[in-house]
Amino acid sequence: MPKRTDIRKILLIGSGPIVIGQGCEFDYSGTQACKALRREGYEVVLVNSNPATIMTDPVTADRTYVEPMTPEALEAIIARERPDALLPTLGGQTALNLAMELYRRGILGRYGVELIGANAAGIERAEDRQKFKEAMLAIGLDVPRSGSAHTPEEAREVAARIGTWPLIIRPGFTLGGTGGGIAEDPESFERIVRGGLDASPTSEVLIEESLLGWKEYEMEVVCDRAGNAVIVCSIENLDPMGVHTGDSITVAPIQTLTDAEYQAMRDDSFAVMRAIGIATGGSNVQWAVDPKTGRRIIIEMNPRVSRSSALASKATGFPIAKIAALLAVGFTLDELKNDITGTTPASFEPALDYVVVKAPRFTFEKFHGSDDTLGTQMKSVGEAMAIGRTFREALQKALRSLETGRGGFGADGKDGPMQALGDEALGKAVARPTAERIFALHEAFRRGWSVERVHALCAIDPWFLRHLRELALFEDEITAAGTPEALAADLPLLRQTKAFGFSDRQIAWLLKSDEAAVRALRRKAGVKPVYGAVDTCAGEFAARTPYYYGTYGGAADPEGPAPADHRGAILIVGGGPNRIGQGIEFDYCCCQAAYALREAGYRVVMINSNPETVSTDYDTSDALYFEPLTAEDIVPVYEREHCIGAIVQFGGQTPLNLARSLQAAGVNILGTSPDDIDRAEDRDAFKQLAERIGIRQPASGIALTAADAQRIAGEIGYPVLVRPSFVLGGRGMVIVRQEADLLDLAEQAVAVAEGKPILIDRFLENAVELDVDCVSDGTDTVVGAILEHVEPAGIHSGDAACVTPPISLSPAVLERVRGYARAFAEGLHVRGLMNLQLAVKDEEVYMIEVNPRASRTVPFISKAIGISLAAVAARVMAGETLAEAGLTREPVLPYYAAKEAVFPFARFPGAQIVLTPEMKSTGEVMGLSPSCGIAYLKSQQAAGTCLPERGTVLLSLCDADKAAGTRAALRLAELGYDFVATRGTATALWEAGLRPRAVFRVSEGHPNAVDLIRSGDVAWVVNTVGHGALPADEGRRIRSEALLHGVPMTTVLEGFAAAVEGLAASKAAGGPEVHSLQELHARL
Amino acid sequence: MTEPIESLRLRWAEERARTAFLALADGTVFRGTAFGARCDMAGEAVFNTGMAGYQEILTDPSYAGQFVVLTAPEIGNYGCNPDDTESAGLWLSGLVVRDANPPSNYRAAESLDAYLARHGRPGIRDVDTRALTLHIREHGAQKAWLHVEDTPMTEAEGVARARAWEGLDGQDYAARVTAEQPYVFNAEGRFAVTLWDFGVKTNILRCLAQAGCRVTVVPAKTPAAEVLAGHPDGIFLSNGPADPSAVTYAQEAIAEVLRSGIPLMGICLGHQLLGLACGARCGRLPFGHHGCNHPVRDLRTGRVLITSQNHNYALTALPDCLEETFVNLNDGTVEGIRHRELPALSIQFHPEAAPGPHEAQALFRPFVSLMERHQ
Repeated sequence: MPKRTDIRKILLIGSGPIVIGQGCEFDYSGTQACKALRREGYEVVLVNSNPATIMTDPVTADRTYVEPMTPEALEAIIARERPDALLPTLGGQTALNLAMELYRRGILGRYGVELIGANAAGIERAEDRQKFKEAMLAIGLDVPRSGSAHTPEEAREVAARIGTWPLIIRPGFTLGGTGGGIAEDPESFERIVRGGLDASPTSEVLIEESLLGWKEYEMEVVCDRAGNAVIVCSIENLDPMGVHTGDSITVAPIQTLTDAEYQAMRDDSFAVMRAIGIATGGSNVQWAVDPKTGRRIIIEMNPRVSRSSALASKATGFPIAKIAALLAVGFTLDELKNDITGTTPASFEPALDYVVVKAPRFTFEKFHGSDDTLGTQMKSVGEAMAIGRTFREALQKALRSLETGRGGFGADGKDGPMQALGDEALGKAVARPTAERIFALHEAFRRGWSVERVHALCAIDPWFLRHLRELALFEDEITAAGTPEALAADLPLLRQTKAFGFSDRQIAWLLKSDEAAVRALRRKAGVKPVYGAVDTCAGEFAARTPYYYGTYGGAADPEGPAPADHRGAILIVGGGPNRIGQGIEFDYCCCQAAYALREAGYRVVMINSNPETVSTDYDTSDALYFEPLTAEDIVPVYEREHCIGAIVQFGGQTPLNLARSLQAAGVNILGTSPDDIDRAEDRDAFKQLAERIGIRQPASGIALTAADAQRIAGEIGYPVLVRPSFVLGGRGMVIVRQEADLLDLAEQAVAVAEGKPILIDRFLENAVELDVDCVSDGTDTVVGAILEHVEPAGIHSGDAACVTPPISLSPAVLERVRGYARAFAEGLHVRGLMNLQLAVKDEEVYMIEVNPRASRTVPFISKAIGISLAAVAARVMAGETLAEAGLTREPVLPYYAAKEAVFPFARFPGAQIVLTPEMKSTGEVMGLSPSCGIAYLKSQQAAGTCLPERGTVLLSLCDADKAAGTRAALRLAELGYDFVATRGTATALWEAGLRPRAVFRVSEGHPNAVDLIRSGDVAWVVNTVGHGALPADEGRRIRSEALLHGVPMTTVLEGFAAAVEGLAASKAAGGPEVHSLQELHARL
Repeated sequence: MTEPIESLRLRWAEERARTAFLALADGTVFRGTAFGARCDMAGEAVFNTGMAGYQEILTDPSYAGQFVVLTAPEIGNYGCNPDDTESAGLWLSGLVVRDANPPSNYRAAESLDAYLARHGRPGIRDVDTRALTLHIREHGAQKAWLHVEDTPMTEAEGVARARAWEGLDGQDYAARVTAEQPYVFNAEGRFAVTLWDFGVKTNILRCLAQAGCRVTVVPAKTPAAEVLAGHPDGIFLSNGPADPSAVTYAQEAIAEVLRSGIPLMGICLGHQLLGLACGARCGRLPFGHHGCNHPVRDLRTGRVLITSQNHNYALTALPDCLEETFVNLNDGTVEGIRHRELPALSIQFHPEAAPGPHEAQALFRPFVSLMERHQ
């Protein structure tokens, strides 16, 4: 069946800001969909509030709305654009929920917009637990046995009916499931049931059989409207049931099922699709299997492209999102080509002749005080994927891809903490799922524990455990070689070691040598990686798409096409797994560079380990290598592709940290030299440069120990900013206001710095902070934009709300800022991007930091100014001038662009909810409007802070904020809001003529602020911190309570004032205003 | 469950020594480590891209005379069990894998290594199976010699033995794997079906039984008259190994029973024999179709089936009396035929799956319909 011609204009909804559980995989899927649909001649209207995406690049869709993803904004866009159809299945849960909301409100019906890809009934059947269960039982599938009870007697009956232990008990209608538990036996069952009945406001408990320890599987299904369906990829979780699949180490394809079991699961996956009524596209079905009996239970199905789909696409070479988009407009699978072979159709099931391992990346270190036990709620912020010929090799590659400082599966000098555990503690570490458990397994096997013993503790399938044990024990074979020279002389052993996935770094550690020496000996011995193609067909057909993985386990695909007919091959080093502080922004930059260089006639070779990204899409570059980002893995790719240079500026800190070792290995680093990049990090060198340029710097010093730090802080005076050098995302960075706190905090910073110095700066209170991104070609320097932070200096620039053009600075100050940018670019010999962070206080400009590389604000600025700075920078790095690359002057914006950050605090109960110089946000959103206030308001709405249009505002301000806060409150009063306030703030409001209700402090009695939040009487919490504010623990309680109950919260006065301005402007405008990027850019 | 450390060390040492090898007739040699039975064998090297189902492959008589190179790297993971067998024994010449693992599955009765050894078939592991697969893809399926015995052999000698082997072309392998005596599978059923056994997979018998057939399995060389004398409701031509052109007696017998008007269905070798009996030609594919992911279009409904395949030969030049019913979407080869006048149809791929996708199992239905009408 050919494509539909009755629809011409398609609305595509993206997934909004990056949050835990919904990352940049939906940028990948949305971008693929946009490209595929436009190539077929459809007009694509895209909505996504996230500026750090490729999909919101103005060239990706016909019309791009970077607007809040609210039903109101969507209705305004639909009314304007009048699309024929809405494709809701490529933007994660956000898009699906939003589409359903539009459907329920009758908006789709009113404007005649058809849902394609999935219909409303199907989505409801998949999403509603009860309806889903009924549908599954109707087709004869097994679901977890369960029942509910209102008394202990009823509970015992339910338990008897279920008939297995352990049982999971959940009290009905409690927030966050408090009061439940897992009962292993009748005694604990009795106790937990009674507790649960007490905790539940309806005296109800849900009792369900526990699937803990069962094997967990996923099937990625794609189907078309003719009824054809294929399994693109099957996935087996290494971590058994009980750990969210996003937090599990997973393996593709399935390893431990017989064909009979696999095919039955395949049949049932199709049956699930049909029962739910999925029309077309990609879905994922999750299964649990009892390892003792083979009993199989359906867990859930996602009627849309998911995180697993992105992984499956990268693992197999089958572009699920692209195919799903084309199927949604009526194509059938057999009409679409398999891009990789170019000759065979897409109606097939990829055959893998390698093993794929995905490992999750966590950042618990960012959230002090939170529980690091993994459970059913996802906590990882990113993932790395690795491909090897065997599970062993793939696992080692995946672990070293994570960039957590590990060289593989242990044996890298970082096993100390596990070695320090006693047997009992180690047993617990093996049993409790955490980010580090895999290394507890390593230590257990090093101690000679049997597979049986370890399996009994962790329930991980013995198939995986045996491989882990083999790796752990094989270390002794390497050590027995004695020296690297002896190992290199024993070729079979060296080959075997490398085929087992051991990195040079691990070998060096085992043989007490250094990595470079091992590498040199190995290369001299002729033991080098070969490259296998990810070809979808296990070698059956010739692949024409150069997508490779490196291996020492055989797989000798011929070299890629000989370099001809282009200006040379350039290697772009990607950013690796997403983490807080290094995410999609850098992937955006890498992709932009790839597009620009390809257009300029270069052959672009991409290397990255992150399956969620657009950069690891095989058509972003000319050749793609899915490899860990270490010098060992990068250099041979550079050599194999005969590159003329490598770009390390765009992938964030990961490639930058590799610049020196790559250069030492003969790699030509394009753009700003590693020396100059280092010079910006080197305090003394940088200080000299700043002095020469004549810019002020806050008084500062360098410390190697906490005691040093104390001395320096005493000299320069409090408050001070303490931070380790050479880290991204401000990890370990903190403001210290008094000497009493310094020692502890400085010690933490020293620990994070890992031997590198920590920096102590005088902190400028209440200064305005600026971010400046510019590009230099070595002669000229052009500023892309200057961003003004809404909050005062001291909040990490990744976490701060920002607005451009700046609103509070004089033209003279801005001109000086531009002058400094030019001077630093010249002083650091910048060729490419540079980011400056400055603070302005009393018309005086202070230098905080200069980074001669891509910054996380580059995509935001590019969207704001309509010019891709990363693309310009890439061309400049390849040798063009700024004029040739098309950037000659700083754009003047006739509108405002505001950025707000999005935080994962709700995922980390117990962690402190306060912004500091250490970055904690996972994602960002953008608001655009000719009115600065509306732009800011949109950014708040887009970040999920849906500020109420009326209602009661709880105000609790510190002394310094009381005057300005009162002014803002007066405006709010005009708009019809009421107020409650803590005592001091209430007094200030009374004096201004407002009549707020005063509330008690929590310690004083009731009703207090927490009571009001709980009872739903407060629609907005404004709580600022400083002298005269609430005591710290009280403020924390209020903020936690607001977060828990979903009440919007503003914690800085500047944000409050800007929001008030926006609310006033929005009210005056009389409804949501929406603009496409293309329209805005046309005004430039 | 836990392999003793001494045994691990021994295995690692063996993997380093790489004393076993698979020598191809064109002189290429792939080294590895022996497992399974330690007996040298000759055969034709083909690759199979299925990701699971090695036990079904091992017991499929169609692989007689072949070395099966599995492209999936981790093999043996779920061991071997008494249920997932497609015949009473192992018929292939040997198994070639990247990695052979001990089992982890509740149904596993023994390891792959032990299973091969018990059935007297050799295996070789730690082979660069991708390089070998690409070699076969580029140079075609090849005569080969697998050396796994302890007595040393030079690679040159292995190559010589591969070349000296007679090969599969023109060889009647069906006669080597067929049942010696007739037997009945499923004594109850609406339809009496006689199945000519050229190397039948048990799942074909199971599928027929499920469709209501009581199946009498007869040896390959059973004359047509004897089959007709039983007055069956339907006649089935099973799958089987090697070269259909060598099985001339079956072609003649099929031509004879066709004239009787009794419904007839064939699978794989049976399909090729029906085609040849009707005047089609049969040629060799460069490296065959062996795997579980081949897309085939049903030309009458337009639907695409993902199919299980295992054949080196394919029908070409169909005569007017035959209608093409299925086509392979990868290379356009014939995947199914139907006689325009007579109640006869056949399928090149394996609707009975085992291993592979089940969605083509409905294709036994048309045969049943023919028998219903005929009854």
